[in-house]
Amino acid sequence: MEDEQTTFLTLLSVVAIAGADYCVVAADTRMSTGYSILTRGYSKICKLADKSFMASSGFQADVKALQKHLSAKHLIYQHQHNKQMSCPAMAQLLSNTLYYKRFFPYYAFNVLGGLDNEGKGCVFTYDAVGSYERVGYSAQGSGSTLIMPFLDNQLKSPSPLLLPAVDAVTPLSEGEAIDLVKTVFASATERDIYTGDRLEIVVLNADGTRYEYMELRKD
Amino acid sequence: MESTQANPGLLCSPEDSQRTLYPYVTGTSVVALKYKDGILMAADMGGSYGSTLRYKSVERMKPIGKHSLLGASGEISDFQELLKYLDELILYDNMWDDGNSLGPKEIHNYLTRVMYNRRNKFDPLWNSLVLGGVKKGQKYLGMVSMIGVNFEDNHVATGFGNHLARPILRDEWREDLSFEEGVKLLEKCMRVLLYRDRSAVNKLQIAKITEEGVTISQPYALRTFWGFSAFQNPTAGAEGSW
Repeated sequence: MEDEQTTFLTLLSVVAIAGADYCVVAADTRMSTGYSILTRGYSKICKLADKSFMASSGFQADVKALQKHLSAKHLIYQHQHNKQMSCPAMAQLLSNTLYYKRFFPYYAFNVLGGLDNEGKGCVFTYDAVGSYERVGYSAQGSGSTLIMPFLDNQLKSPSPLLLPAVDAVTPLSEGEAIDLVKTVFASATERDIYTGDRLEIVVLNADGTRYEYMELRKD
Repeated sequence: MESTQANPGLLCSPEDSQRTLYPYVTGTSVVALKYKDGILMAADMGGSYGSTLRYKSVERMKPIGKHSLLGASGEISDFQELLKYLDELILYDNMWDDGNSLGPKEIHNYLTRVMYNRRNKFDPLWNSLVLGGVKKGQKYLGMVSMIGVNFEDNHVATGFGNHLARPILRDEWREDLSFEEGVKLLEKCMRVLLYRDRSAVNKLQIAKITEEGVTISQPYALRTFWGFSAFQNPTAGAEGSW
């Protein structure tokens, strides 16, 4: 290579929305570096456990290493406990794994989506060094600045400071949430150069997991 | 102290001298695509030393094991070191003598881990690698960059190829290309690179990998055309401009 690829980031956009009995995790499939597109068909959503899906934006090599690390940990957990890790447990593990490299971080901006032990949708949002929070919905990546305000407007999450605590999950139905995700990505694609090509949506609910795809603008 | 800041290429402080700062002898683009029976890969045979075309018979594509073909651009010495690592990997794989052999997916994974870990030690192998292969009928084509970014696709290209060849491939590649069509498409990409990439040489090899094995062609040159009328009298529009 003639010169160092200083812009190695594959920023893209990832979104997750939690519902009363479902969870939607979505990401586009474009991988770019600088102003070039490397590939149009790269999946950023990784199945960590039956009920935990992680979608990450940032530096792809770090994301891959992080996914492998967590998958390996999960395999050991399954051997030791004879069951799958729950989503909140995986959320804590991810946070700890990220903080472990606090002084040489994984350049990964993650969103973890899944169903908790009661079957309710849960979404956890992270920064690169592991601080996390359970929320009703989240967006990360290059399109997050475009997507998050729109989700705030449409999903009107109650303040976490309210007492008694109000559920953060959205009252929208699964179909409505998926439509919202599709709308949001179509809009982000218009204005964000790193978002586009194809949208991959993972829907988790009581019946299992379902994958859906939608074409996005390729420019 | 100030001189080292101004000229990092000269004397480095002892702590820094052990890691790769920039590449010296480099190869330019590698282009590859999937076709009906397997993978086709093309690379020229140039090794540039900065702006000098120092070496003109560098083989930048090598077979790995029974099922894979590796092409590299970037620092040639780092590529040679990678070949040593892969040699050892394949040797140990063969020593199991269990009828299994490492396929392209496994080699790609291994290369990704090696590149990523070197990057984490701030001592990268300065290469962009293209790994293609066929195992049990499954075609595989992937790429790893010097910082460990990796992906798989139907066609890949490194360096300038990513800018010049990929658009052609995106337009004209399709599933089930025949061998001749694949070669024509690759040659089209390599010709554009020859015209437009300063470090390209007109001596290239095309390699093919199928279920049967690897074939790397003899080096040959592409036909080029320079007979444009504008080249006949280049200063026609600007005589005496100084």
